[in-house]
Amino acid sequence: MKASPYAFISPFFIFFGAFSLVPLLYTAWYSLHNVQLSDLDNQTWAGLDNYQNLLSSDFFWNSLWVTLVIGVISTVPQLIMAIGLAHLLNYKLRGSTVWRVVMLTPYATSVAAATLVFVLLYSWDGGMINWLLDFVGVDPINWRESDWGSKFAVSTIVIWRWTGYNALIYLAAMQAIPADLYESASLDGANRWQQFRHVTVPQLRPTILFTVVVSTIGATQLFGEPLLFGGVSGSKGGSGHDYQTLGLYMYDQGWVIGNLGKASAIAWSMFLILLLIAVINLLVSRRLRKSQ
Amino acid sequence: MTTSEVPLTQEKEQEKGAKAKGDRGFRRPRMLGAGKQLHAGPVTYVVLTVFALVSLAPLVWTAIAASRTDQRLAQTPPPLWFGGNLFNNLERAWEEASLGTAMFNTTLVATTITVGTVLFSTLAGFAFAKLRFKFSSALLLLTIGTMMIPPQLAIVPLYLWMADLGWSNQLQTVILPTLCTAFGTFFMRQYLVQALPTELIEAARVDGASSLRIVWHVVFPAARPAMAVLGLLTFVFAWNDFLWPIIALNQDNPTVQVALNALGTGYVPDQSVIMAGALLGTLPLLIAFLLFGKQIVGGIMQGAIKG
Repeated sequence: MKASPYAFISPFFIFFGAFSLVPLLYTAWYSLHNVQLSDLDNQTWAGLDNYQNLLSSDFFWNSLWVTLVIGVISTVPQLIMAIGLAHLLNYKLRGSTVWRVVMLTPYATSVAAATLVFVLLYSWDGGMINWLLDFVGVDPINWRESDWGSKFAVSTIVIWRWTGYNALIYLAAMQAIPADLYESASLDGANRWQQFRHVTVPQLRPTILFTVVVSTIGATQLFGEPLLFGGVSGSKGGSGHDYQTLGLYMYDQGWVIGNLGKASAIAWSMFLILLLIAVINLLVSRRLRKSQ
Repeated sequence: MTTSEVPLTQEKEQEKGAKAKGDRGFRRPRMLGAGKQLHAGPVTYVVLTVFALVSLAPLVWTAIAASRTDQRLAQTPPPLWFGGNLFNNLERAWEEASLGTAMFNTTLVATTITVGTVLFSTLAGFAFAKLRFKFSSALLLLTIGTMMIPPQLAIVPLYLWMADLGWSNQLQTVILPTLCTAFGTFFMRQYLVQALPTELIEAARVDGASSLRIVWHVVFPAARPAMAVLGLLTFVFAWNDFLWPIIALNQDNPTVQVALNALGTGYVPDQSVIMAGALLGTLPLLIAFLLFGKQIVGGIMQGAIKG
């Protein structure tokens, strides 16, 4: 019996070691080498060249900017809408399960399938969205090749896929709020909005922090949506690199251009950014706990 | 609308200690002092309907576009109702974009990953939930921490190793790395902490049952509802996994997402065929949602509440 707990958890740690931890360390090693896809047997020590190369590359800084912008405009409205949606789903509804399942169907749609449809909806001529905009007198927008238009369009794909999922997470948290908090609030004469503002939102704070962290991790890795949104020039994030996220930049450098050493350096930059976010998150949540 | 109306908060109570059957759709009406409960008003239904339409419209339109011809899709206004070209487009997606092979491959890959993940996660989750051992809380924390590592950190070495092994374009390259997940382990641990009475294990141990017998006769039966939900969530995840498969596989032996990626980058330039491919590749999961939507919703909410 003594050994069995370790036997039970060992599959996870063996798989984690073999397919995450060891590769992670090897990625660091490769990032210090010159590794070309076309000449894999010839790997030479490069020191910090790959990192220096990144820091002096406009495309690297562009990809950080793009990742940040798309991250913000896809996450913030998404989470706000998700809280609102969760609030509505928390009422006593006819067919409450049906509503929940419907809100979750975008989550069943893969990144690839969803993006392919949105590409068509956003197409320059004959696309549904430009056609609808025409009704309200807006000239057709070239979504694929415009700076902010393309970032907006890519964000809408993310928002469409994840709002319902996050709403369910908020809904679960809302249902865990003790009813007497609302009772005493209403005895104090708080109206619905005040109850939402002063009872629901503060009680949701840990959940909000959790969804912000998960969405931030997702946004930092954003890849499939911009890749397929760009079609043939997908790995570049459009001809003007307007939506070349960090994940896309890594793919482009590693498998399109063929510089796997540089791709490894990009991967580690991504990891360092996430570690930084984790530290900030730790500090913020500690402060939140203190203030309570 | 009156001020004494309060959102329902009953479900948490039902779930405590209960064998939540992944069934969270059920609500008991909450009675307040004045005997009022928070029914949704018409405005709520209107807003929810808008959300529902936005959620479903792109999927419905995928089917509409898949039933038209390429020429029709290039015209304004875009088609708003179904045409007669669906089966022709589906057939072309099946043949030209290898969606037939892709569907078969993805079914195999997703099923294997699901079985492995559910089995390994239940064992590990049980150990973390009910067994005492050195460093257990540190190891659990480590397990949760690994969820933060992006897959990008592994793909360069994995790609090189798979090439060395001569495994390029073979399905085991996409199965092995995701055969056991931190999420699954944590999910099962959270469920078993409350659903599996410790006395039951101790009683079995007093009776002289071996660890494996305890797992088989006590743990698995208690864990079954959560195993089913984790299985559904894992299957959806595995079906839709994108980054590593498009690097490890190509159009000669694709999964569904690899085939869709090929469609999106101009492998078959016909928009209606692309939409037929997207429809075909999503259909199995839509059917799964139709059948098990309630359980999937319950699983996501259950995973969230304690996460």
